[in-house]
Amino acid sequence: MKALKASALRKSYGAQEVVSGLDLDVAPGECFGLLGPNGAGKTTTLRLCLGLSHPDSGDIELLGEPVPARAREARRRIGVVPQFDNLDPDFTVEENLLVFGRYFSLPAPAVRAKVPALLDFAGLAGRGDARISALSGGMKRRLTLARALINDPQLLVLDEPTTGLDPQARHLIWERLRRLTQEGKTLVLTTHFMEEAERLCHRLAIMDRGRLIATGSPRELIAAHIESQVLEVHGTGLDAWLERAGGLAPRVERAGDTVFVYATDVAPIIADLRQHPELIYLHRPASLEDVFLKLTGRDLRD
Amino acid sequence: MRWVAVWRRNFLVWRKLFIASVLTNLADPLIMLFGLGYGLGALLPSVAGMSYVAFFAAGTLCSGTMLTASFESMFSGFSRMHGQKTWDAILYAPLTIDDVVAGEIVWAASKAWLSGATILAVVAVFGLATSPLVVLTLPVAFLVGLAFAAVGMVMTVLAKNWDFFSFYMTLIMTPMTMISGVFFPAEQLPPPVLAVAQVLPLYHGVALVRPLVAGHVPTGIALHIAVLVVYAAAGYAMTLIFARRRFST
Repeated sequence: MKALKASALRKSYGAQEVVSGLDLDVAPGECFGLLGPNGAGKTTTLRLCLGLSHPDSGDIELLGEPVPARAREARRRIGVVPQFDNLDPDFTVEENLLVFGRYFSLPAPAVRAKVPALLDFAGLAGRGDARISALSGGMKRRLTLARALINDPQLLVLDEPTTGLDPQARHLIWERLRRLTQEGKTLVLTTHFMEEAERLCHRLAIMDRGRLIATGSPRELIAAHIESQVLEVHGTGLDAWLERAGGLAPRVERAGDTVFVYATDVAPIIADLRQHPELIYLHRPASLEDVFLKLTGRDLRD
Repeated sequence: MRWVAVWRRNFLVWRKLFIASVLTNLADPLIMLFGLGYGLGALLPSVAGMSYVAFFAAGTLCSGTMLTASFESMFSGFSRMHGQKTWDAILYAPLTIDDVVAGEIVWAASKAWLSGATILAVVAVFGLATSPLVVLTLPVAFLVGLAFAAVGMVMTVLAKNWDFFSFYMTLIMTPMTMISGVFFPAEQLPPPVLAVAQVLPLYHGVALVRPLVAGHVPTGIALHIAVLVVYAAAGYAMTLIFARRRFST
């Protein structure tokens, strides 16, 4: 059985189709990442899969339950970390967990017994009585993660779990998410941080304009879609060099005042660049970000 | 009964601010009652066979209940739905938007009931109601609370911003309070205006509460209850339609 399976999913808001014929497959125990630029339809896809909004057409099966018909039953075994924190500002840290546990009809003593471990996991031990407004952004995120674990879910859905966090806070969240994966939980997350996707996800899907355009492990995606080496070149005389560069490398792309050269063997190009000291270059291995930009383009999305 | 968790959430928040909440529950109607009741009452002979203070106290019991139900379902409800996104968080759990609005409506009615009960206590303490029948105003207050909570919740799930409520408050609630017999007997209104009052819920709440405060059994009980029940039920049904549209599409 798949942890999550969606097929031919469609959803429009007014005249705009936000999800257009999407197929998704997540195996149990997998950390699956949904990547895409802003407005690609990632959040809508998650909402559809959770049964929070209803698709125009298509089938969804979440932990074996048909969605939206039996979404409520599926959500008993699911935890959600939304993109924007919606902790209850009327309650303290601990009360947030207690009250949330009641929404799952969990008996109060059972929830109360879980709270210390969850606070510990969230790095909030001893902060149980703190007001939500007194927490930093990172603490709120971690509390939201702890809240999503109150029902000991099989599957966690995380919508941009580290957006807006500083590097320290982000690394802590990553470490916790990896721990959850090791415990055997299935994770479905959206992100537009390639680094996050590369570090955490076993498998990725790149999404744009409401459909999936590529799936695979981070390594598979890089191997399948892009040359292994990248040169970033800038400096005076770039235009003249650009004309010749086309003959040296399989793929050359210009973005503003930088030229990106993609190739498997960059030695001849580097040799050429050495003869032009006015050009500054950076040589690095291709990354997921290169795949992402190749597939979704360099245009701004906002 | 899943909505109980939503009711309970609001109750727990209220319990934290219990003293402040009960004080405002008390202060508002008391100021009205003694300011207007004793002030104006001194100038007036008995109204509808009772002292003006007692007459007005019965009306205040209803309008106070109405106000609490409306404020809680609209302003507090909108804050939880829109500002704090509390509803969004609840929907990640195995609860649906139907459970959320049911919990919110019953909660607003409960809080309104407490307002009504507080006013009743004041009325009793000041000797304005002596008949044991007055206890029956308690279930009436809950029903008035349900009717206005349900209608208020329709406004909430339709609202785009806070300004939306001022239309309902200014154009509907305020005139309704004027013509529903809170301040003076509605029967002295021109017949067309009275007819309008009679299709509105507050009139029927007052029609039940005032005789009970005076120690009589109200006439036309079934009709008055039916109107309040219809408003509560229709409000709930409309809330469901608009809330599902707002949240599930």
